[in-house]
Amino acid sequence: MHEGGLPSSTSAIPLIKPPLWLLAELTYACPLQCAYCSNPVDYAGHGKTMDTETWLRVLRDARQMGALQLGLSGGEPLVRQDLEVLVTEATRLGYYSNLITSGIGMDAERARSLKAAGLDHIQVSFQSSEANQNDEIAGMRAYAHKVDMARAVKAAGFPMVLCFVLHRDNLHRLREMLDLAIDLEADYVELATTQYYGWALLNRDRLLPTLEQVREAETVANEYQARLRSKMDIYFVVPDYYENRPKPCMNGWGSVFLLVTPDGTALPCHAARQLPGFEFPNVQTSSIKEIWQTSDAFNRFRGNAWMKEPCASCPEKEKDYGGCRCQAFQFTGDAAATDPVCDKSPLRHLVDEAISSARTTTIEKPIIFRNPKNSDRHTVKLAELTK
Amino acid sequence: MSEAKVEYATDYKPLHDGSLNLARGHRIQYEQVQGCDVLLYPEGVVQLSESAAMILKQVDGQRTVIDIAAELNRMFPEDGDLTADVRGFLEVAHARGWIA
Repeated sequence: MHEGGLPSSTSAIPLIKPPLWLLAELTYACPLQCAYCSNPVDYAGHGKTMDTETWLRVLRDARQMGALQLGLSGGEPLVRQDLEVLVTEATRLGYYSNLITSGIGMDAERARSLKAAGLDHIQVSFQSSEANQNDEIAGMRAYAHKVDMARAVKAAGFPMVLCFVLHRDNLHRLREMLDLAIDLEADYVELATTQYYGWALLNRDRLLPTLEQVREAETVANEYQARLRSKMDIYFVVPDYYENRPKPCMNGWGSVFLLVTPDGTALPCHAARQLPGFEFPNVQTSSIKEIWQTSDAFNRFRGNAWMKEPCASCPEKEKDYGGCRCQAFQFTGDAAATDPVCDKSPLRHLVDEAISSARTTTIEKPIIFRNPKNSDRHTVKLAELTK
Repeated sequence: MSEAKVEYATDYKPLHDGSLNLARGHRIQYEQVQGCDVLLYPEGVVQLSESAAMILKQVDGQRTVIDIAAELNRMFPEDGDLTADVRGFLEVAHARGWIA
């Protein structure tokens, strides 16, 4: 989310209090098998996917709390036949609705019907700019259809974000990707360098790019942005392992972001479900208001009273909120620790060791694809990986 | 898990003298909970101050910078000449891709 400041005479105050962003993960079903999926590795063992009526209630309750941006995601949200019903209600409620899709399950007619239902924007993800590589990463033949669907999205009159997930094997194609985005008339391009949670953590040794690759990609992204200016905006999600300060994860825990999983679990971020010692509330048994305002889970890391050193006395704590709680847990076993990406963390060497480990991993190491079978098989393995 | 993004669109986009429109996919709406107008666009939201909202609401696909400044001057005669402020704000809004 981008928050704007304006010159002093017309200043805009960044929003803080209400859950501005509701991310509705409508289903974990997905025809793709991307090895960096942000869904939890153990998704196959989760509870039953919620029905239309329950989702409609979630949309109404969150909107009443002040939610403005609605992400319709998954899995693949187009799998749901009631998507148009949900979008229609979102429109009536005054959400800005964003469909986050692989494009699989879309056709020109569905794009038009979603437009008629009032959907505001569609983000289409690509795995690569090259058909074979795209389909290899996706685990299915998808590229040609994605290109067609990106055109259908634009033809239906939507603003379109193209999202390219970047990692070691496809970063060298960045120019091709940006050329593809120009060709498809994307309004925005998101260059989302893989972040290491869930499936991506499982495959980190094979996905983490080198520093040289990252710097080269930044140069290319800057060059294209300078050239394109008003035509297409490019956002580059920085791979934080190569930073020396942590990212302000989710703009702070319980600050703006509310995620509801297919089975109704309410989370402050995509990866939080892995954290031990939490009982995450469920929208089927608690109101959105209770969840957001009074639940222990959403209050645990709110503000900065929970911080330990070096965060507690750090002048930058209001800027980065101590980084990412899930990343802190994954590296150190303590979700309240300083995100070890920070070079003030005494455990920064753990991140550097992960970088070295990836550097020495060859392409012969098999990639683990996201599918129900691997979900069952690797749930245990991930628990070991995270300390 | 983060949504932290670095925005590269910092290059200055000079504001033109023609008719101004909200950029594709952008809209303004009043929010009861926040008690203010907000600007919404793909995956983004900006809370608008009263004056920012006042100016952006004049952006209608017809009016130019000069028209909008004249309108604001008509609305607030007691505030002196607002032309420079209005232009300054519209330049920022344009550079941020909110208006085209």
